[in-house]
Amino acid sequence: MPDGAPDLATSVLDVRDLKTVFRTRGGEVHAVNSVSFHLERGELLGVVGESGSGKSVTMMSLIGLLPSPPAENRGGQVLLGGRDLLKVTDDELRAVRGAKIGFIFQDPMTSLNPVFTVGNQIMEPLIRHMGLTKAQARVRAAELLELVGISDAAARIDNYPHQFSGGMRQRVMIAIALSCDPDVLIADEPTTALDVTIQAQILELVKGLRQKLGMAIIWITHDLGVIAGIADRVMVMYGGQVVEQAPVKELFANPQHPYTRALLKTIPSLHGKRAARLQVIEGQPPIMTAAPTACAFRDRCAHRFDRCDRENPLRRPIGASHDVACHWTAGGAHA
Amino acid sequence: MLDAAPKMLVQVRDLKMYFPVYTGILRRHTGDVKAVDGVSFDIAQGETLGLVGESGCGKSTVGRSLLRLYEPTGGSVVIDGEDIATLSPEALRRKRPTMQMVFQDPQASLNPRMTLAEIIGEPLVEHGNLSAQDRLRRIYDLMDQVGLNRRFAGRFPHEFSGGQRQRIGIARALALNPKFIVCDEPIAALDVSIQAQVVNLLEDLQDSLGLTYLFISHDLSMVRHIADRVAVMYLGRIAELSPRDALYDRPLHPYAEALLSAVNEPDPLLARRERIILQGDVPSPARPPKGCNFSTRCPRAFARCHTEKPQLSEVEPGRHVACFLYDTTAQAGSTGRPEDPEHNQQGEPK
Repeated sequence: MPDGAPDLATSVLDVRDLKTVFRTRGGEVHAVNSVSFHLERGELLGVVGESGSGKSVTMMSLIGLLPSPPAENRGGQVLLGGRDLLKVTDDELRAVRGAKIGFIFQDPMTSLNPVFTVGNQIMEPLIRHMGLTKAQARVRAAELLELVGISDAAARIDNYPHQFSGGMRQRVMIAIALSCDPDVLIADEPTTALDVTIQAQILELVKGLRQKLGMAIIWITHDLGVIAGIADRVMVMYGGQVVEQAPVKELFANPQHPYTRALLKTIPSLHGKRAARLQVIEGQPPIMTAAPTACAFRDRCAHRFDRCDRENPLRRPIGASHDVACHWTAGGAHA
Repeated sequence: MLDAAPKMLVQVRDLKMYFPVYTGILRRHTGDVKAVDGVSFDIAQGETLGLVGESGCGKSTVGRSLLRLYEPTGGSVVIDGEDIATLSPEALRRKRPTMQMVFQDPQASLNPRMTLAEIIGEPLVEHGNLSAQDRLRRIYDLMDQVGLNRRFAGRFPHEFSGGQRQRIGIARALALNPKFIVCDEPIAALDVSIQAQVVNLLEDLQDSLGLTYLFISHDLSMVRHIADRVAVMYLGRIAELSPRDALYDRPLHPYAEALLSAVNEPDPLLARRERIILQGDVPSPARPPKGCNFSTRCPRAFARCHTEKPQLSEVEPGRHVACFLYDTTAQAGSTGRPEDPEHNQQGEPK
């Protein structure tokens, strides 16, 4: 098991060997290549990677949010409460989305419908998934707005999205995602479009809500600073694969994959020692036009050796719930 | 300080950029969006001044009005001895080669129908009289300087990645041997691993060509890396202007303090300082508060902050802060630099 042996009793979500490709005119793009991970109850899993590393696509294919075509699932399992989400019908999947899995998108400006009031948009999933009446849903919607820290919620419920600022719209998105008490919340770069002071507000809010509601969260970001401040465990993605996975303190203290190491070094610190020159990762991230037969990072890796060209490294455990996919880290042992 | 050793290449005094608001059927002028409201600073030759702030604070507008891509509403911008704000169109055109800009979005700032050589060579055609052969030689030189392979000269922008496109933008900015470059969020659209490549390139070019930068960014960690001094803007005005290390060690203005504490340190092992979570949102620049622009969110605001706008003044050597917390004496002599009584944010010495 490359996934550090998940404890089935406590994991709410278990993804195994997920593969997704996009069919394009220029050929296939293998966006998700055998991704496996699990999510425990009440845990916050951070997913980091550059654009094109497959982090968003992985999470969107979990709940069938990718348009098909061009996207196409090529195997794997997504187990939520014992059910494989890749095998259920569209109707069942629709019932899962919103009710069991909430989703927050990156851009709060475009994910709300401008012609409906904010209250309407929060009430919709309540009526659809929770079977509340309109009046009940309205009361609940006001409670949710209050929960995410919008003052004077009862009055603002009838406002339209354009009357809200970016940070407040993201709060509304969070309220919608939380409306049906989901077991899992997937947040795709929820603070990237926001300013740092507003970002800090949202992070505090999510931390507080997590304690209050006890749901599991998957937090996708390219910002290692955010991850350091909020995650329990981190998964690093590169070329559509998970290259390293570890508890957050372990990952920052003891990064193993050359990509993780390089990534941590390229970011200038705000309080630490100021380097005279930034470390760089030379080259460009790959475009996966075929299923990987060699290490995806090899062209940019300082530790490349012959085995890296021949064989795609698999994730292997190297410590307590710390695993890494790298031949070099493994010492090239059994070549 | 102005007449001391380092030559001030850029001197900005009381720069104002208002965008008029017209409302009603008669499109009457009913107000202004005060995007930049009285900003003053200097940049020494070879120095990098970082300009940070949140979206909408006016930092990009400062960069653009500095090069007169907008017509400033008021104030003066002296670059290399000439006031840009009042130059005639022809004189301005002749001045353009000294000052260039690198834009945020390398996708949108490159013409998709021009080849790389045409893009980099265009300023040379416009402002120079090189022969076609010399021009090509210069284009190749520039490509070498920014680390683009000469073989790519005939390719189009879409064939390049974001980082490479930003290199093209930098090569174009360098074509006319500028002295001063405004870098407007040059790395915001790039991935972290590519950001470091571009920042290192900018630093190398500064060393070899003696360039002066205004580096506009919302990324406080990157600004700490590249800038010598940093100006923090809030709602069209400079809240604090300090040397880099002093600012990051001990920010004086409450906004600078909150902004720095809000940044997530990408190392959980470094001691975390108390985070200051500001309440509320930035007010609209069309309707700024009556007193200090930050007074609506400031955790340390007192009565005076709500009635009067603080001026930027030097509270410690080299450190300029616009905040009444540091206003020990209310006399005129304390505003700005003693050599330059004009140097305050409103331009009207009290």
